[in-house]
Amino acid sequence: MNQETILDINDLRTSFLVDGFEVKAVDGVSFKLPKGKTIGIVGESGSGKSITAMSILQLLDKPGKIMGGEINFKGRDLTKLSEKEIRDIRGNEISMIFQEPMTSLNPVYTIGQQIRETLKVHQGLDKQRGTKKAIELLTLVGIPSPEQRVKQYPHELSGGMRQRVMIAMALACNPELLIADEPTTALDVTIQAQILELIKDLQSELGMSVIMITHDMGVVAETCDYVAVMYGGKVVEYQDVKSIFKSPKHPYTVGLLNSIPRHDTDVDELEPIKGNVPSPKDMPEGCRFAPRCPFATELCTQELPTLDTQADGGEVRCWIYTDRWDGDPEVNVRESKRTAESE
Amino acid sequence: MNTEQMKQTNIKATKKDRPWKRSLKDFYKKLVKNKSALIGGYLIIILIIIAIVGPFLTTLDPAKPDYAIKLEEPSADHWFGTDHHGRDIFTRVIHGLWITMFIGFTATILGSIAGVIIGIVSGYYGGKIDAVIMRFMDILLAFPGILLALALISILEPSRSNVIYAIAIFAIPTFARIVRGSTLATKNLEYIDAMKALGASDLRIISKHIFPNILSPIIVQASLFIANAVITASGLSFLGMGEQPPSPELGALLSDGRDFMWDAGHIALFPGLVIMLIVLAFNVFGDGLRDALDPKMNKK
Repeated sequence: MNQETILDINDLRTSFLVDGFEVKAVDGVSFKLPKGKTIGIVGESGSGKSITAMSILQLLDKPGKIMGGEINFKGRDLTKLSEKEIRDIRGNEISMIFQEPMTSLNPVYTIGQQIRETLKVHQGLDKQRGTKKAIELLTLVGIPSPEQRVKQYPHELSGGMRQRVMIAMALACNPELLIADEPTTALDVTIQAQILELIKDLQSELGMSVIMITHDMGVVAETCDYVAVMYGGKVVEYQDVKSIFKSPKHPYTVGLLNSIPRHDTDVDELEPIKGNVPSPKDMPEGCRFAPRCPFATELCTQELPTLDTQADGGEVRCWIYTDRWDGDPEVNVRESKRTAESE
Repeated sequence: MNTEQMKQTNIKATKKDRPWKRSLKDFYKKLVKNKSALIGGYLIIILIIIAIVGPFLTTLDPAKPDYAIKLEEPSADHWFGTDHHGRDIFTRVIHGLWITMFIGFTATILGSIAGVIIGIVSGYYGGKIDAVIMRFMDILLAFPGILLALALISILEPSRSNVIYAIAIFAIPTFARIVRGSTLATKNLEYIDAMKALGASDLRIISKHIFPNILSPIIVQASLFIANAVITASGLSFLGMGEQPPSPELGALLSDGRDFMWDAGHIALFPGLVIMLIVLAFNVFGDGLRDALDPKMNKK
């Protein structure tokens, strides 16, 4: 990665302090995002992906707290900024779009008023110029007859339209980084494709970097350049998007890929990953995935592996790829199904 | 806007209307369906008009005694009769209506402003601030309203402004509670997070995004509380702790009539009827307003 890095997260740790207990939701996450590229953060519910995103903008609700680590955005550590400074960055240099377009717009204001508000906060635009810019933005995100739309209320728009409005609001100040927290989860499939296409187009048009948070490997394949797979608050695998589909390394990544239907092979039954994400309250001592991993050995349950760089440039947190691996030396994680059955 | 004007805008309303006009129209339609609310609304408007215009139209002095005509029964000259000082009760009721309504409205406005601010701060920031504020509100709520007002006035002194403050203070916890609850429900909605993510400050989020969304329970509570404030204001004067003689506050008029209940019932009857009318109007209107603003009722 020789390109300019826009975001460099280093050992980010975010916890929730509940009744004197520290619940580690994000536990030592590190990744870099080159300028103009898209990174996908993938994982099941509860893996800490949304909390990572919230930590970047420091939007954590109480009792969430960043316990340590650095979030370097353009050379500035966001964790050390004051409330006022981070507010100037929110919506201006870093924007975020949310999962639920149906509830992410305030029902009492028109679309135009809401877009204008962002422009007013960060650029001090008056009503007239704000409206003009709002219409431009709505045109940019592909909303037909924007002159009428600015006067409408959120309930008069469909889910896909609202998500476009959200994107327009997020783009109002030409942010350099866009965080999309499951932007298509609540939309139906055809609209999903449209919204992803829109984000991709806007990205190349405006030169933004994007963090795409999702649990959908299809979305990853469609939009991302790099992928960080998260499990139990830690990154378990980091690769560029081609390698992750061609040669997934971590058994969890393999599990995720096996649980989605494919067009090129004829599979009778999809293979889900058995079990659930462990609660952050009682994380396994060793590898967090060990209780659900078909290859887990004693070593896996006792000691947590580190995130190691592999020969092909990817990073993976798994004992299988280390010298200390004590299981079958010929193990092939991509044949997990057969292995699981033979056990 | 009075109801007549509202009707007119409804007739004129077309699809080209601005959206807020449309929602006002919807709201009015719902309100109209509730007949008792409509009657309450008209009654309130009539009472307000009488309270404002009435004192300028009466020819008699409400405070000037004329012992030649004391304790007269209702007649063409004195519609509501005269009291033991020979003062015209009709004139006094008209003037008293203004005083009582003024106290009711001002106290409710003051109390609701303070209660709304306290409730929003408490609900929005949560944590220790919330715990301290709400425990204090619980203490205030533990006193029956009139008792609290009585205690406050005996510490201060009986005067119109002190009555207003006392009623406003006991209005605070009821408003604070409702507002806190609504704020809690609203602040966790996604559009508030979205506004935060767009860089809006707390003050902006509270004033532009939370407040407009919790306005309807506040309006309902205010219209119901005015009735309460009117009863308390006249109750205080009745007990001699509010308006002082010769002020024609409705409660004071009632108190005047108490001694002559068997000989000249009209002295107490008319002020009492007017108090009842005010309270009834606001209660009925408030109930109707609540139904009209409650989205759950719309499905029916």
